[in-house]
Amino acid sequence: MRLLVDDAEVFIGQGSGHGEGKAILFVHGAGMDHTVWTLPARYFARHGYRVIAPDLPAHGRSAGTALTLIDAMAAWGWRLLDGLGVVDAVLFGHSMGSLVVSTMANQNPDRVLALGLLGASQPMRVSDPLLRAAGDHHPAAFDMANAWSHSARGRLGGNPVPGIWLLTSGRRLLDRNEPGVYAADLNACNVYEPPLADLTFTAPVLVLAGESDQMTSLKAGLAVASRYADCVVERLPGSGHSMLGEAPNEVLDAMVGLVKRVGTVTA
Amino acid sequence: MASDHQSPRGFGFDTLSVHAGQAPDPTTGARATPIYQTASFVFKDADQAVGLFNIERAGHVYSRLSNPTNAVLEERIAALDGGVGAIAAASGQAAMHLAIATICSAGDHIVASRSIYGGTHNLLAYTLPRFGIQTTFVDPRNVDAFVSAIRPNTKLVFGEILGNPGLEVMNVPAVATAVHACGLPLLIDATFSTPYLFKPLDHGADLVVHSATKFLSGHGVVIGGLVVDGGTFDWEKSDRFPTLTEPYAGFHDLVFAEEFGPGAFLMRARKEGMRDFGACMAPMTAFQILQGLETLPLRMARHVTNAVAVAEFLLQNKMVSHVNYPGLASHPDYALAQELLPRGAGAVLSFEIKGGRAAGQLFIEKLELFSHLANVGDAKSLVIHPASTTHHRMDAAALRAAGIGEGLVRLSIGLEDPRDLLDDLGRALRAVEKSGVEKSGVEKSAVEKSGGR
Repeated sequence: MRLLVDDAEVFIGQGSGHGEGKAILFVHGAGMDHTVWTLPARYFARHGYRVIAPDLPAHGRSAGTALTLIDAMAAWGWRLLDGLGVVDAVLFGHSMGSLVVSTMANQNPDRVLALGLLGASQPMRVSDPLLRAAGDHHPAAFDMANAWSHSARGRLGGNPVPGIWLLTSGRRLLDRNEPGVYAADLNACNVYEPPLADLTFTAPVLVLAGESDQMTSLKAGLAVASRYADCVVERLPGSGHSMLGEAPNEVLDAMVGLVKRVGTVTA
Repeated sequence: MASDHQSPRGFGFDTLSVHAGQAPDPTTGARATPIYQTASFVFKDADQAVGLFNIERAGHVYSRLSNPTNAVLEERIAALDGGVGAIAAASGQAAMHLAIATICSAGDHIVASRSIYGGTHNLLAYTLPRFGIQTTFVDPRNVDAFVSAIRPNTKLVFGEILGNPGLEVMNVPAVATAVHACGLPLLIDATFSTPYLFKPLDHGADLVVHSATKFLSGHGVVIGGLVVDGGTFDWEKSDRFPTLTEPYAGFHDLVFAEEFGPGAFLMRARKEGMRDFGACMAPMTAFQILQGLETLPLRMARHVTNAVAVAEFLLQNKMVSHVNYPGLASHPDYALAQELLPRGAGAVLSFEIKGGRAAGQLFIEKLELFSHLANVGDAKSLVIHPASTTHHRMDAAALRAAGIGEGLVRLSIGLEDPRDLLDDLGRALRAVEKSGVEKSGVEKSAVEKSGGR
């Protein structure tokens, strides 16, 4: 479906469903789009949840201009949910998306039913070579991000989704970015400063950390978990940062576990 | 744009040939790819069953749709070709049909090179029209001809990087640029080159098909095909490709391009083409192709070295009027071959023997080391007379258009000692010369035999 937010058309993946149950927002990472969430989106849609998997502005099928700060992306996320008439929701975010949804939780904690942070790190510094290459929209930026997003094992394949070669698949998503979009995302991550830990946020939190993640390390994930009062950490053995591709079933199981803690599907 | 940006080095081609798509088996520790010789896979529970059917979970349901052994092969060829993924099919022809059927429907049109494998020509010229899909054939050397043949209902442009059997080199980058400007994808059959010699996706093609029976396997013991998608073509840019951009009633109104992005083509091909047409590869076949792929770089290098030796030998022989091998400076596409195929122009070549059909047939019968059969890409050297075998269904005009003369002989050069190959060829050519058939067009002994009946 499509929705106007800030006068720009936003594409929202729904997992091929039209559920009217509890809303679940999925926010993708830097340079990605809603298709990274396809498997969980389809799962939750079939189970009656209201799946909201937008392409951020200037990403995927969404129009508009890339936002340059995580705070702005989070505020945009709330405007999106407001536009859809969603009062409260479960929020999932991957990588940059984890910063966006955790900031959304800071902005409106009462509207967050649960928070799922995949491949998270706070802060989320980006290396200079990657920032510079992205700033120049140089292919090396996509190569670096793609290589570092996969575990050593993942770079040799063995994808649980039959016949899909993750390295090129990830690269193709990055290739689709217009100049400036990926750089804006990386800069937003790099300059993000986490607020002081707020242990008064009482909704359940899930941190999903790949044990072979080279982008947001396991250690960084554990540190993020310590910022929340009610947090479960799921470690993904052997998985890199692209955990939705490398360990899709384990990721889905953990996401389902979090959503089940919120109660029934009914909104 | 700064020039000091450096990409991290990925795994090399040789490493991917051996490892891509497979890790030691987590249950048994088996280093080799296990052969999952099973039709079905047990579900953990009812919800997982639905999840697998509904593309919510990763895994296997039924071996017509996917199989763990086949999946290793699919990932490996995708890695070698630089695609987002691949699908293994029962044969090269099954792969070709799968690629076409995923995009084309009744009323659609294809533009194809006219210098292609005879079986593919048959599929496009005679069989697909029965299902409402027409093809216009064009000269593969004429980029403008591809564009001129495009109609409003054209959905696909097709060619072979190395034509069969004339060995024309298709200017894939130029054709890709031209057809992309018309909003169309380019499908390349890269059977003769394999990704070791040429990666069509790196040169602008969008889809690749292989007959894995040939050089990818190298052993000539299986039949198999592969479709690889580069994930680069924007199916949503126009309304030409409704199978990918409109709701599919056969899968709960799923819109593949919307749901799967760069993987849309492969998902449709698997969820429709493999499900409904069912031309799947046996797991044992996938395993055997994987054994061949492990040595692909080594074999292809030797195939090319031997082919060059044979081509140069034939070029010097007085019984040979013409040699088609793009690795020879005399070939009209030599410069293009040097540019696109720097590691070599493959190991299939053809030549015109003096004396026409009778001379060609006598030559083949006099060979001892070369095997007379309908295949290419074996470790063993092979020979065939295209006009009477692989391309026999083409009429005289089509044969002429494809550059297939009555005396054309096609060789697939294997991995034998090149001196033995040259000895065998020389012996057979001398036998033709002695027979006098190159002057009369009729073998003396054949006349005697005929007269004796």
